Amino acid sequence: MDAIIFLIFAAAAVIFGINVVLRTHPVSSALALIGVMASLAVIYLLLGAPFLAAVQVLVYAGAIMVLFLFVIMLLNAGSEKKSRGAWMARLAGVPLLVALLTILSFVIFRMYPRSVGVKFGSFAAGTVERVGSALFTTYLLPFEITSLLVLIAILGAVVLGYKELD
Amino acid sequence: MNFFLLSAIKMAMVMGVLMLTLLYLQWAERKVVAHIQVRLGPYRVGPHGLLQPIADTLKLLLKEDLTPPGVNKGLYVFAPFLAITLSLISIVVIPFGPAIEVAGVQTWMQLTDLNVGVVFVLAISSLAVYGIVLAGWASNSKYPLLGSLRSAAQMISYELPLGLTIAAPLLMANTLSLREIVLSQSHYYWGWIPAWNVLHGPLPQVIAFVVFMIAAFAETNRIPFDLPEAETELVAGFHTEYSSMKFAGFFMAEYANMFTVCSMATVLFLGGWLPPWPAEKGSVFFPSVMFAAAGLIALRHGLYRARPRDRRSFQVIAMVSFGLAALFLIPAFAQFFSPLFWFGLKTGLLLFTFIWVRGTLPRFRYDQLMRFAWSFLFPVAAVNLMATALLVAIFG
Repeated sequence: MDAIIFLIFAAAAVIFGINVVLRTHPVSSALALIGVMASLAVIYLLLGAPFLAAVQVLVYAGAIMVLFLFVIMLLNAGSEKKSRGAWMARLAGVPLLVALLTILSFVIFRMYPRSVGVKFGSFAAGTVERVGSALFTTYLLPFEITSLLVLIAILGAVVLGYKELD
Repeated sequence: MNFFLLSAIKMAMVMGVLMLTLLYLQWAERKVVAHIQVRLGPYRVGPHGLLQPIADTLKLLLKEDLTPPGVNKGLYVFAPFLAITLSLISIVVIPFGPAIEVAGVQTWMQLTDLNVGVVFVLAISSLAVYGIVLAGWASNSKYPLLGSLRSAAQMISYELPLGLTIAAPLLMANTLSLREIVLSQSHYYWGWIPAWNVLHGPLPQVIAFVVFMIAAFAETNRIPFDLPEAETELVAGFHTEYSSMKFAGFFMAEYANMFTVCSMATVLFLGGWLPPWPAEKGSVFFPSVMFAAAGLIALRHGLYRARPRDRRSFQVIAMVSFGLAALFLIPAFAQFFSPLFWFGLKTGLLLFTFIWVRGTLPRFRYDQLMRFAWSFLFPVAAVNLMATALLVAIFG
């Protein structure tokens, strides 16, 4: 059961991911990106991290992507034109892609040998209580620094968006 | 019993009741608004217009399903589907009542209890904006686009006070599971005053409740915050180009969102299915008394000479009320249905407030709407949250 759901949503994530790049219209790309995030949320849920899954949907799909879509719609961006691409790119691209995937899979297999295998739902630190206590004990400093960074970003946005009254 | 079978039965029951509620919510809205405006409202189709919702559904089903030229076809069809799906999903985590035992099977009156129930509802409601935004964009028309842009800005802005006010009762309940939030409100002060979060120490969440309800009006695009579909400015806003069942989808999504938001308010602030005073002090008899009183009023009006057309129908209503009053006197029945009664009564009163406000308040201007959210609601909610956190840390 878990494996079937995992396969469905992993495939969905990959297909949506490819669509983000291939679609010519920015709105379709943004929607495909939302699809990727929703599929990832389901995978987090399968792995036993319900809080992370809900926050993934809430923050990424629900807040950040709404802003993306908002901006795209406000600018009324049209479809982009597709060129057929240089023959050099195709010639070099395919072997390079194969090489990249080989290296990636090699590194992953070296880092996580068979014996470490992931089990569905075995990850117990994904509940709200565990995430909360980790944030306020082990990772207190990074957490506070991140919030400061966000504050600085907000101040920057205010400064940039501030119109001088004359 | 088999988990899947049990879930399927519960789901079918909740779905059936929910659909019926949504249908008649629309009838109730038309009736209440009509009476506020000194009209009668629907009266022709069935007694007191009771068959009107069914007639309306049939009408929408049979109407021609237009697809205007120039729309982005896929998204145009997808948007109402998305809107209605997202508005119905949140219902799975709402607890309607305590654990019950039917024919030896013990189960909760709730479809599923998530460890992160509150965040789940927030996540789903934050996605709800897509239905409206995509509808407006895919219609390829000016008014829907304006409506959906307004809606996106409005829903993002009002989500902040909404989230902050939800966080305050969570600090007191110390859990994110909706069921446990209700259970944490289940004791009484001095045997009488319920420890609902609106009355519960260390800081009664009255302010949070009011801010939550105001933000909920904006989140569900209801008057006085229905700028996305302001008919005097934008024809019909984001659903201008929709007809037939697709329009019905948006219509239903709005009512389903209202229902979800009201049940969330009930669970978070008003103690969910818990009675307002202890059962041993007579709250078990309240449903019977209420239905009996309703029956007496209906009977009196039914016998009243000047209302010939209500003469028969009001007597039937009176008989049904007396029947319900009698049923609630049977312990086995009451034990099962009084939690549902209290949940329904609280949610119903909140829904009535939604309709009442619609009949009373005019629409905000767009700049007023934004200023209200950012310079009033947000600071109030933030101060309330900080005060709650401080008091919980000191006394909790």
